[in-house]
Amino acid sequence: MSKRILIVDDEPNIVISLEFLMMREGHEVRVARDGEAGLNAVRTHRPDLVVLDVMMPKLDGFAVLETVRSEPELAHTRILMLTAKGGEADRQKGLSLGADAYMTKPFSTRELVEQVKELLALTD
Amino acid sequence: MIDGALIVGISCLYLCLLFAIAFWADRRADHGRSVIAHPTVYGLSLAVYCTAWTFYGSVGRATENGIGFLPIYLGPTLMALLWGSVLLKMIRVSKSERITSIADFIAARYGKSQILGGLVTLIAVVGVVPYISLQLKAISWSFIILHHYPEIRMPEQTSLPLWHDNAFVATLLLAAFAILFGTRQLDASERHEGIVAAIAFESIVKLVAFLAVGLFVTLGLLGLGPTELGQLAATPQTQEALRPLLEPSVSPFEDWFAISLLAGLAVILLPRQFQMGIVEISDESHLKRAIWAFPLYLLLINLFVVPIAITGLILFPNGEVDADTFMLTLPIAFDQPWLALLVFIGGLSAATGMVIVESIALSTMVSNDLVLPALMRLWRRHPPPANLGRLLLNVRRGAILVILLMGYLYYHFAGEAYALVSIGLISFVAVAQFAPAVIGGLYWRGGTREGALAGLSAGFLVWIYCLLLPSFARSGWLPPAFMESGPGGLDFLAPQALFRLDGWNPVTHGFFWSLTLNIGVFLLVSSRRKPNAIETRQARLFVDALHQSHPTSPRLWRGSAELRELTALVERFLGVRRTHEAFEYLAKGRGYDSTSALPADAETVNFAEILLSGAIGSASARVMVASVTQEETLGLEEVLDILDEASQIRAYSYELEQKSRALEEATEELRAANQRLQELDRLKDDFISSVTHELRTPLASIRAFSEILFDDPTIELDQRRHFLGILVSETERLSRLVNQVLDLAKIESGRAEWRNETIDLRGVIEQSVAATRQLIADRGSQLDLDLQTRPALVWGDRDRLIQVMVNLLSNAAKFAADEGGRIHIHLSTHDDRWRVCVNDNGPGIAEEDLEQVFEKFHQTQIGGSKPAGTGLGLPISRQIIDHLGGRLWALNQPEKGATLCFELPAHPEGRTGMKGST
Repeated sequence: MSKRILIVDDEPNIVISLEFLMMREGHEVRVARDGEAGLNAVRTHRPDLVVLDVMMPKLDGFAVLETVRSEPELAHTRILMLTAKGGEADRQKGLSLGADAYMTKPFSTRELVEQVKELLALTD
Repeated sequence: MIDGALIVGISCLYLCLLFAIAFWADRRADHGRSVIAHPTVYGLSLAVYCTAWTFYGSVGRATENGIGFLPIYLGPTLMALLWGSVLLKMIRVSKSERITSIADFIAARYGKSQILGGLVTLIAVVGVVPYISLQLKAISWSFIILHHYPEIRMPEQTSLPLWHDNAFVATLLLAAFAILFGTRQLDASERHEGIVAAIAFESIVKLVAFLAVGLFVTLGLLGLGPTELGQLAATPQTQEALRPLLEPSVSPFEDWFAISLLAGLAVILLPRQFQMGIVEISDESHLKRAIWAFPLYLLLINLFVVPIAITGLILFPNGEVDADTFMLTLPIAFDQPWLALLVFIGGLSAATGMVIVESIALSTMVSNDLVLPALMRLWRRHPPPANLGRLLLNVRRGAILVILLMGYLYYHFAGEAYALVSIGLISFVAVAQFAPAVIGGLYWRGGTREGALAGLSAGFLVWIYCLLLPSFARSGWLPPAFMESGPGGLDFLAPQALFRLDGWNPVTHGFFWSLTLNIGVFLLVSSRRKPNAIETRQARLFVDALHQSHPTSPRLWRGSAELRELTALVERFLGVRRTHEAFEYLAKGRGYDSTSALPADAETVNFAEILLSGAIGSASARVMVASVTQEETLGLEEVLDILDEASQIRAYSYELEQKSRALEEATEELRAANQRLQELDRLKDDFISSVTHELRTPLASIRAFSEILFDDPTIELDQRRHFLGILVSETERLSRLVNQVLDLAKIESGRAEWRNETIDLRGVIEQSVAATRQLIADRGSQLDLDLQTRPALVWGDRDRLIQVMVNLLSNAAKFAADEGGRIHIHLSTHDDRWRVCVNDNGPGIAEEDLEQVFEKFHQTQIGGSKPAGTGLGLPISRQIIDHLGGRLWALNQPEKGATLCFELPAHPEGRTGMKGST
């Protein structure tokens, strides 16, 4: 079943790989290059799941996550944090702010695909 | 004519004000809220140094000697520099030993000798009483002159009946004041807060009065045109009189030196200065301010001496007016009755301040060092009265009265005689005789009682012979032949040319001989025997005073004593209540529950002796305590043993203090170092976390695409090629990053290799352009160069400079406008530096980012997306340029995009070449 996926990341090559993986799974994919654009995209396109980077220009991933969780009509959006910030403190921060999952770069494509599947299954 | 009643009224009002201030300060002190515990008050109280002799006499001296009046103030100013050592030592010793006068100080230093204290007192009284007369005379004269207002008439010496002589009335009033506030309690080591407050107030009054006349006269002088001034000073007489002032010649060096030294000594040795400077100080830290505040006071009070003297000489050219009265006669001549009255009050302040403090100080000395020893001799045969305290207080009150009356009588009989007029400096010389015993005693352990006695006596005798007797002779009381040819015609003994030392000012001459003989005899006699036990103990106490903040004498006493007898003895002088309080304090300090539990040991006996010292002087206290105890005499050897032990303990504790201070310092340093390390650690952590973040990003792409390609063999060829291309570029990015991180680490740690040589920046630019030409062309940008025709020589590493230049060019290529991008390289010279600027026509750098672009991993966005760089290029470039002694910075030209410039010092060869070419 096709879902709407939003990828928010400022690294063009990572975006390309994620886009490929998600489309291969048959999802509808949108891309945003920074936090602000990402937040707008969540509001306008209401994706089922967001793959969210942390270190981005304009608005960082944690801020996007916090805003999304604070708006009732967006709060149910699944969010997968995918970031090069690999410290335990960052992971805890992400999870406590309400991320559904937290993965660090470099990531295993298989694990990522599995994780996305799991999260999407929960929305049904 | 100013009504006599008005003057008397105002004088009385002024004295009442003084009474009120003293009363108020004493009340405050009784309630524990001291008004004098302030460094400025202390500084002002020292200004009791400036008497009527300063107030009126400075102008007089200036008319005779020009700037010759200055050494009297220069000396104390210079001496103030030494106060931090000399005066501090004296203060510490005096506080811990309860020393209350200069006589007590000298007596205590040389084994608590009664006879020494007596001699010092005698010298002080003989030397200082005429000086008191001078003050009385100033009061009386100023009164008479003011009374004749507006007429200017010099007072005549007339013998008035006592009750009509205002000097006599003033004497009695001052005696009353001194008795009332100076002898409230027997313990003279207690401070007289009321007196100090009143003296500080008087110091302000006399300064204000002096400055008022000074300003009035000086402004008046300035108001005259040069011609008027010239006319005024035209008569030959006036010109002659003005010569010393208008063409100041420094009087002979020996006079300047001698009088400066003399005044510098007097300012700590005069009984009133000892009283104010040492006995009355409430906190030794006040000394710090006095060291500059007191000289400042002297400067201010001398500021207008010369203008006043000049005006006086112009106005009264015929010498009909005594120059010593110019302060008062000038305001009268200018019809300024209120100013004249103010001057009168100022002079009164100066005179009364001196008289009060001096009489109190002298009375303590007389009662403790002259009268009490005599009484004690008497008491051996007749039992003394029970309340000795009251008796001694009365002795002291009587002494004040007698001293002041003596001053009055000397004034009354000497009157106009030279012996009175010239007494100021002569009095100083008498007091200066204490210097060898005091200063020698503070810095030399070898002085003995006999040495001090002999030195003082010799100096005093020479003083009488060379200064006092000649002043009598000049007053007509002795045959003048004595002056010229010496006694019995032995002209090498002529009192003002002793041993044919001719041509010196009499004061300088007398000072020189008396002090020389004093020091010589002091040293010679002292060296005849070793200091005995008690002298050794006191010597240690005095000489080492600065090593301890509260010097205490080691317990050098062995014998048997009864506590009851000790307290009974102290009670007889201090009263039951104070004695009880004092011994209770001692018991508490030593950890005993009650006074009765105190052992009558060395410490208690010593305590009682010091307690008594404050009341009756150290020498008498010692004799008194000895009368109720059985002391075993300690041999010098034993004393030295005990002292050595004490000083060893002191040395240990000093060492310990040093060690613990050093430890504290080390701890502090360690803490700081640790903080620095933590800071460095944090920076390193930040760097590492940035590096890992930067490494993870390309690694993520590489892993993702590798897995995609690996998992899915069916991907179309085009897409496969695209993905492989990404793999290659991300791998390149990764290795570039690793290289740059290593490079930066190498440069920062100083391990980079530099192959420095003289290079031409034009070559560097050309090579860098060649290396980036393709990149620039790919972006479709245009490059233009603006170089010099002459070589741009700098000292540096060619490869490193190319690295910097390539970095700047590739940045410019990245940021130049997409359409019609332009890059401009400009080479120019600024002073002795070469500057290269690379400019693009891109969006420029935000103002707040101009410095941040040099931070590691800072990356500027291009059109919202991330540039393909490592964020290390500029930090590395800056490190390189810094290392070569130049600087690299960014600037903005809004329309023209970003500009990055670096400067390097021009190589000397290049510089000379430049010079040659211009």
